[in-house]
Amino acid sequence: MIVYTLLVVSLIVFAITQILPADAAVMMLGENATPEALDALRQTMGLDAPIWQQYATWLWHVVQGDLGTSLRTGQPVGPAMFEALGRSLLLAFLSIGLMLILAIPLGIIAAIRRGKIADMVVSLISYAGVALPEFVTATIAVLLFADWMKWLPPTGYVPLTDNFLDGISHLVLPVCVISIILIAHVSRMVRSELVDVLHTDYIRAARLKGMSRGHVLRRHALRNALLPTITIVALDVGYLLGGVIVVEEIFAIPGIGRQLIVAIQARDLPAIQAGVLIMAATYSIVNFIADILYAWLDKRIQYD
Amino acid sequence: MTEFMKRLLKTPQGAIGTFLVVLVLAIVVFGPMVAPYDPEKLSPLARYKGPSMMYWLGTDQYGRDIFSRLLIGARATVVMAVLATIAGTLIGALIGTASAFLGGRADELIMRTIDAVMSIPSLLFALLVVNLLGSSTVNALVAVAIAFAPGMARITRSVALSVRKQDYVNAAIARGESSAYIIRREMLPNVIAPIIVEMTIRVSFAVMLFATLSFLGLGAQPPAAEWGLMVSEARRYMHLSAGILIWPSVAIAIVAVGFNLLGDGLRDALNPRT
Repeated sequence: MIVYTLLVVSLIVFAITQILPADAAVMMLGENATPEALDALRQTMGLDAPIWQQYATWLWHVVQGDLGTSLRTGQPVGPAMFEALGRSLLLAFLSIGLMLILAIPLGIIAAIRRGKIADMVVSLISYAGVALPEFVTATIAVLLFADWMKWLPPTGYVPLTDNFLDGISHLVLPVCVISIILIAHVSRMVRSELVDVLHTDYIRAARLKGMSRGHVLRRHALRNALLPTITIVALDVGYLLGGVIVVEEIFAIPGIGRQLIVAIQARDLPAIQAGVLIMAATYSIVNFIADILYAWLDKRIQYD
Repeated sequence: MTEFMKRLLKTPQGAIGTFLVVLVLAIVVFGPMVAPYDPEKLSPLARYKGPSMMYWLGTDQYGRDIFSRLLIGARATVVMAVLATIAGTLIGALIGTASAFLGGRADELIMRTIDAVMSIPSLLFALLVVNLLGSSTVNALVAVAIAFAPGMARITRSVALSVRKQDYVNAAIARGESSAYIIRREMLPNVIAPIIVEMTIRVSFAVMLFATLSFLGLGAQPPAAEWGLMVSEARRYMHLSAGILIWPSVAIAIVAVGFNLLGDGLRDALNPRT
């Protein structure tokens, strides 16, 4: 499954980078290079081979772990991309963590107090959460918390291993901005799942048996309502990765999103190919793990 | 129809959503006619003005009237988002229905491929497509439409498959109705409703995606009054006047919340059972 996904993604990425109006040889030698020099370089780079052959060569190198050489820096793409991916994953994990801490309780409260004020407040929060794109919330957050109140640094990235407190303070705003939309989405999903579960016969049976509300909620309802959350969170990772691109650009965090933007603007083909492939692989792996986790937690589902 | 409208307006989401969307559509249609100033006229002497009787929402870094720019930019922002969503839905619906209709191994193959395409974040996909086609508003539209198609295909397919299994469809088959009748009278009305709901909600995502593309310099180009571009241009001057940042953000939020609420309202109104 993952293999097929990555194969399709590699085809799409390769196709797009082939159609891109960028000539790798011209980019490396400059506009004024002689036609002979260009031809010679194309030959050594294998750019004169048929497209399918170029694709096969590229794919073979990728499988062996060689993602190519950046046209912009002349350095291997792989190490730089994976180093950047590490910073992005830190950002992503913290965002998912914050989201889970806030979204699940919010969703549960809204479902239990359905139609009451608490429910309305939660749905108000969730509508506000999806109202603005990340670059707007990020800009407003910088204006409020960095420029006016001076609580947090506006942009930049400090490795946690260099200075832990300083590093964390640089991550607070980006993490909050990324989690807002996720919190809005996941809390709504938890609410609607739990509302559905609370109306099932087995919950009514448990209540009629004389179990307390809290006990029914903990032992029966939450177990079933929270399972689909795993799938929803895994699917939201695609949205999360998109948000990471924007947020890294705004807060000047040298992660994979920023690398990709730079690569796209410079038409650095090997870097674009590697970046998109790594992002798609991250998404597929997360969803694969989610599927396995789901089957493991819910014994009714058997994967063949 | 009137009964449907009554159901829609009865819920708070439906009522507020309808109000906001009608307001936005009114601005799209009449905005340019009632705008008090030329949106691109520079007034070096009237820069960074706060709200006043003369400039309702103040002026921006070039002394342009923000209110007029918002009224005129509504077309660039909202119409594009709606068109892109419709285009993406049509492509997706076609693929999804075809996949559900073909079934078997073809269905499996199409869906696995759709899954693969969806593993590329839609923003990144749009970025690649715009970069491929060159940055302009029309290309951004194509990019967003393509980025939306896989998700819509999935939804259409699952809805079509579940409708196909319903008793009323089997009943119609048992009654000996023709395939055309079943598809037109029994299946289509039940397939379209969830797709319209999804489409309405997706318009708000399209608005945000467009704004983000403009922010990254790959959508509308200055001096266009597109709202996302207005926000991203305002970022450099926000220390001088917060208004140039706040008002376009509020405008984007109104559109996004409006379409989201309307989508939820429609879902409730179209599903009388729940």
